[in-house]
Amino acid sequence: MIALLERWTKNAALQVQQYVALVVAAIAGAFSRPFYYHDVVEQFDVIGVGSLTVVLLTGFFTGAALASQGGLTLDKFGGRPVVGQLVSASMIRELGPVLAGLMLVGRVGSGIAAELGSMVVTDQINALRALGTDPIRKLVVPRMLAGTLMAPILTIMSDFVGIVGGWIVSRYQLQVASGLYWSAVTRALYMQDTWMGVIKPLILGFVIVTIACHVGLRTSGGTQGVGKSTTLAVVAGSVAVIAVDFFVTQLLIQLLY
Amino acid sequence: MATETREKVREILDEPGAPVIIFDHVKLAFDEKVILRDVSFTVIKGHTKIILGASGSGKSTALKIIVGLLRSDDGVVWVNGQRVDQLNERQLMSVRDDLGMIFQEGALFDSLTVRENVGYKLYEESDLPIEEIDRRVSEVLGFIGLGEHIDKMPSELSGGQRRRVAIARAMAFKPRIMLYDEATTGLDPITANTVNDEVIKLRDLEGVSSIIVTHQLRDAFYVATHMAIRDAAGHVQIVPATPEKEREAEFIMLREGLIVFEGDADALRAAKDPYILEFLS
Repeated sequence: MIALLERWTKNAALQVQQYVALVVAAIAGAFSRPFYYHDVVEQFDVIGVGSLTVVLLTGFFTGAALASQGGLTLDKFGGRPVVGQLVSASMIRELGPVLAGLMLVGRVGSGIAAELGSMVVTDQINALRALGTDPIRKLVVPRMLAGTLMAPILTIMSDFVGIVGGWIVSRYQLQVASGLYWSAVTRALYMQDTWMGVIKPLILGFVIVTIACHVGLRTSGGTQGVGKSTTLAVVAGSVAVIAVDFFVTQLLIQLLY
Repeated sequence: MATETREKVREILDEPGAPVIIFDHVKLAFDEKVILRDVSFTVIKGHTKIILGASGSGKSTALKIIVGLLRSDDGVVWVNGQRVDQLNERQLMSVRDDLGMIFQEGALFDSLTVRENVGYKLYEESDLPIEEIDRRVSEVLGFIGLGEHIDKMPSELSGGQRRRVAIARAMAFKPRIMLYDEATTGLDPITANTVNDEVIKLRDLEGVSSIIVTHQLRDAFYVATHMAIRDAAGHVQIVPATPEKEREAEFIMLREGLIVFEGDADALRAAKDPYILEFLS
């Protein structure tokens, strides 16, 4: 039992060490040559544009459901007219970043882990190295940049679509006047909320993509290993999104409010 | 001083009979599992070293150590006058500029076309004009007879064609050393011969030094006992090798991380060791 625990601890420490080494190398690679511009542009398209539909749909229905549920609760206090405040504050400060993050884990994290894992087990990563290319610069840096910079943009769009979803429900189901809804939306927002709504997805995007790259590049065991890596990237990424969100929220509350 | 030393090394390596790869008492183990116990060999410029052995005997590992994809636990590895066992990943890039490696199954980049695969290093890692790279890619694909497949994806090619594209990718940047890791494994004899012919042509027409890792005896002997010549009309022919040429191909047999045989094709055929006899049978 102790031996098992020791092995688990050593393995966990090794994973953390390798993850940190990958992150340090990727950050250094982002600020030095060679820099693969073409791959960076491609990843902005794959990660950013490719994730737009799923993130927008999630945002829309979350905002709509939030307005519907919030309306029921607010009715008890006669607060139906302020449903816009509830939707905007919840979407921008918390649900937007977290749900967009979870959607990115499912769509981007799994894809990265599967793609890099397949490249490892078919010796394509070794072939890259043998051809004089650093896989971190070629594969990790473009994904890291795209994930980190596109996550806030996707989240902002998701927040907006969520608030629109909330407006549709408020207007046609809760019978709240449009003017009342939109004034409540803006009344609830402070600059600190905007910062929180941008900083959180920036960090979450970075964490999601680097975890997926780390897991993908550590793949072993053929196609079965690729499957395991994909699952691990989604599980570890999802837990990381929730956990990192909590800690970043605590930090930002201390710093901003 | 360092520049003078490099010049001196280059001069020595330019001479015929120069050692381009030296593998000196190399050892490697993964945890409890010993892969290479104590392996030493030398590859002479323009010659071929054929490493035979059963699966798990450490053949592919030796190649990966030469390219710097793996690091040995002990021993010294020289490639073109540079100690690869002491170089970091960035320093290894210059060593790899002169090394072409063909991986098992080819390891082609499946999201790139044949053209992009073959010209990968030149497109991504050099400052050559695109037109010049395109010309080189067409030339190399013509050399291996796959010019008409230039815009196909690897998934559209047969197994043999994929291996040949892998050879084209490795030779596109004109390395002076080629490392073949099971280049013909899994191919039928006729297709395997098309790959073997490319190996022979590269060695004899381009003067490339080679290490061939295989457990396909038929292919090993074919490469060792044949040579490529260009006739008066400029056509390339594969013909039986002269005795002198045959002696330039040396066999090594690995067993459980140790060399159990080293010699030319005739010596291998005459070997009396029971393990070698069983392997040859």
